[in-house]
Amino acid sequence: MTEITSLSLFELIKNIKEKKISSNEAAKSFVDRSEKSKKLNAYVTENFENCLQLSKEFDNKPNFDLKLPGIPIAVKDLFCTNEVRTTAGSNILNNFVPSYESTVTQNIWNEGGILLGKLNCDEFAMGSSNETSFFGNVQNPIAKDLVPGGSSGGSSSALAANLTPVTIGTDTGGSIRQPASFTGTVGLKPTYGSCSRYGIVAFASSLDQAGPMSKDVEDCSILLEVISSFDKKDSTSIDFKRNNYSSELTRNIKGIKIGIPKEYRVDGMPEEIENLWKKGIEYAKDCGAEIIDISLPHTSYALPTYYIVAPAEASSNLARYDGVKYGLRSSGESLIDMYEKTRSEGFGEEVKRRIMIGTYVLSSGYYDAYYLKAQKVRQLIKQDFDQAYNKVDAILTPSTPSSAFKIGEKSNDPVSMYLNDIFTVPVNLAGLPAISIPAGTDKNNYPLGLQIIGKPFDEQTVLNIAYSMEEKINYKNNIIDWWME
Amino acid sequence: MDGIMSKNNSVYLIERNDNVYEVVIGLEVHAQVTSNSKLFSSSSTKFGAEPNTQVSLVDAAFPGMLPVINEYCVKQAIKTGIGLKAKINNKSVFDRKNYFYADLPQGYQISQYKYPIVGEGNVTLEMPEGQKQVGIERLHLEQDAGKSIHDVDPSNTLVDLNRSGVALMEIVSKPDLRSPDEVNAYIKKLRSIMRYLGTCDGNMQEGSLRADVNVSVRIKGSTDLGTRCEIKNVNSIKFMQMAIIYEANRQVDLLEEGEEIDQETRLFDTKKNETRSMRSKEDAHDYRYFPDPDLLPLEITDKFIDQLKSEIPELPDEKKKRFIDEFKISPYEATILVSDIDTAKYFEEVVAKMGKNRDMKLAVNWITGELFAVLNNKNIEIAQSPISAKNLAKLINLIKNGTISGKIAKTIFELMLDGDLDPQIIVEEKGLKQQSDPKALEALIDKIINDNREKAIEYKQGKEKLFGFFVGQAMKASGGKANPKLINEILKKKL
Repeated sequence: MTEITSLSLFELIKNIKEKKISSNEAAKSFVDRSEKSKKLNAYVTENFENCLQLSKEFDNKPNFDLKLPGIPIAVKDLFCTNEVRTTAGSNILNNFVPSYESTVTQNIWNEGGILLGKLNCDEFAMGSSNETSFFGNVQNPIAKDLVPGGSSGGSSSALAANLTPVTIGTDTGGSIRQPASFTGTVGLKPTYGSCSRYGIVAFASSLDQAGPMSKDVEDCSILLEVISSFDKKDSTSIDFKRNNYSSELTRNIKGIKIGIPKEYRVDGMPEEIENLWKKGIEYAKDCGAEIIDISLPHTSYALPTYYIVAPAEASSNLARYDGVKYGLRSSGESLIDMYEKTRSEGFGEEVKRRIMIGTYVLSSGYYDAYYLKAQKVRQLIKQDFDQAYNKVDAILTPSTPSSAFKIGEKSNDPVSMYLNDIFTVPVNLAGLPAISIPAGTDKNNYPLGLQIIGKPFDEQTVLNIAYSMEEKINYKNNIIDWWME
Repeated sequence: MDGIMSKNNSVYLIERNDNVYEVVIGLEVHAQVTSNSKLFSSSSTKFGAEPNTQVSLVDAAFPGMLPVINEYCVKQAIKTGIGLKAKINNKSVFDRKNYFYADLPQGYQISQYKYPIVGEGNVTLEMPEGQKQVGIERLHLEQDAGKSIHDVDPSNTLVDLNRSGVALMEIVSKPDLRSPDEVNAYIKKLRSIMRYLGTCDGNMQEGSLRADVNVSVRIKGSTDLGTRCEIKNVNSIKFMQMAIIYEANRQVDLLEEGEEIDQETRLFDTKKNETRSMRSKEDAHDYRYFPDPDLLPLEITDKFIDQLKSEIPELPDEKKKRFIDEFKISPYEATILVSDIDTAKYFEEVVAKMGKNRDMKLAVNWITGELFAVLNNKNIEIAQSPISAKNLAKLINLIKNGTISGKIAKTIFELMLDGDLDPQIIVEEKGLKQQSDPKALEALIDKIINDNREKAIEYKQGKEKLFGFFVGQAMKASGGKANPKLINEILKKKL
């Protein structure tokens, strides 16, 4: 039999339901493998003991009607988990243990999932390489000293290395899709309002969305079905009719119209990305889709718009970390002194940079020129998509402008780092669902992903296209466990 | 303070050398919304609880916590807007007002900046010179902050978050007020309207009503506005008036010395009775307002507004008009009776219980006279009146139908205070019924005339002053119970 840890979620569930594998066996396998994989630095906080205990309890009183029966799952450390430390990758929350549970993780536990641990991420999800985490770099299992992407870098690394059968991340500007692309895995950012933001440490509230990360599209649909729910505790949660994404999953996408936006052919894009995209178009055609050229004219404004809106919201969202109520407090001579020392020591460079940018663009005298203008451009970007969707059902683009880069390669060049999000950011600004699926490799044999963007609330079509193309692409990660002794 | 003219009406002017200045005042009133739970969380708002016992994760701004609007507070704000005859906006937006303070857990206050829930309206004041309209600029909803306590621990500031997140309505007036008296009338009128609506209890001791006072001065007759100073967070009408008087004179002094007034935020020191600079315009906070991305714009349909309109009770202005029309009382009396909703309720109950032969004059006099005096003495509200409206109505009826005299009624009133006693029973038990039997009174008077023959003769000879002596004797002999009207009649006849 194949290793338990290399099974897909779907297979694992099947085996557990058929009592071929117990929940405890599964938990042990993932815990063992995680223990042997500390070099990846994927975990910030392990919950192994608890997980093993809970899996035993599940086996004693199993409920196979649940969607995730006794499945151990590690999650990004941006989700607040009751009585399990939640750091958001930051020193300022180094000692923070919530007394509450995020809605998304609660949904997972309600369906039988068991918390395996909390996964590393960029500090407050600000980063594209997991290098801004207070808890250190995460290794990409694809190759040594390669970044796993970010901000959900611990999640993508753990998933690709088979330390967890599936995981969840959050995506504010590409933080699920880019790490998925860098690690040869699948990551979906749902429509804004699909997954509750309650209990997720906020980065940029109008852009943040939680989403599933998995080894294949079917697993992605199973997990999405569990985590997507209407939640009164989040005023931006939307009460729309959610599909049974996994049972409605189909490879029949005949006649579906897929748009190819010409503006995504950016200057200096590596040829291998261009070729990947061309290949993707051919795969889509093979699946029966109709390819249509479209235009999203305001695409080039998306990145600057994002880097105004997201820092503006972040500068305000992070004001609560002041040393008064919880988290790190440095002692000071006065209140102001305490604030300054706490926040200087508590936040890392990238977070400080974005707080500064955000504070600047909201200041009086600059608000109209930056924040207000950005909001107007955001509307235009949204309208671009609305108009495109009069003609097409979905849009196909590359997920990232490059494959995974080396640790340290871009950490001193924030702008080049920001450019990583060029294809993913417009989707967050428009609040749309989008998936990244592995579609090929570059000259170094590093994975590359394609992105499928859907209409609002039409995750099903996105999943179906991905499911159908996945079969044709037939991508397989070739990971050799180089990090194990 | 020198140079203050005419303090006997609501005109307030300051005279310096040959210049006469008027003061221009605008108020930003912070009124706590009457609601069991907070604006964005379900924590209790009850006053006086142990520190930090009414704090949810949302109020304390824990990571990942999100605000959810309390619909009841929105309704309360709309009702208040209707009471201020103001425009209710179909769309309003919650913004974040960003600043750091220990008792502001989120690092921002959720407020409404560009798009408030209520727009322009107006309030009518009853001043000695007649009615005055004061414009309302806007009303918006916002969260209260917590409380920093500096005087309990010698080396630390303590924070109580019970108030954090409580709903406030900020009611901004136009700069239409011209005197401390008008400010008094305005605050009282606002308070009255909100108490009628049940949207704010107006309790200034508990901090349910506070105001920032904007003061500027200008030469009387000028239409330009002077540079204003804002006096922050004044929590009683008396202090507002004191602060305005101090501040207006300070500004006039500066102008007279040829100096300029700095636009600044000041605080009022109640012990020293002076305002002091808190921060200048240059040091003013940059609040970096922007729409709160955790909350959607608040959209209110006309149907929703109409429904709330239909729930609005009769407000002071309409009630006053009705009292004048229906009960034929004077505008002055009506103003007093409607100023407080509980007084109006009490009055209407007395009127109802008096029945057909009601006497408005008596009802008004007894409530605004004897009863108010008792309430004042005991320092209690009319809602806690020791005498119920039902029993006061009975007492008034006993006077009206001649059972007792007004003088005896006062004695009975005093007795009623001890446990809201029924005046009818007191009359019977104490035998205080007025003697109105003419035969009995004639016999009594005959005896008095007989006993005082000489005085009776003197009276007949023209010493008319002695009439009072006979009345007094008769009242004395009857133990005060004789019907004074009959005594008069009989005495006139007999003497």
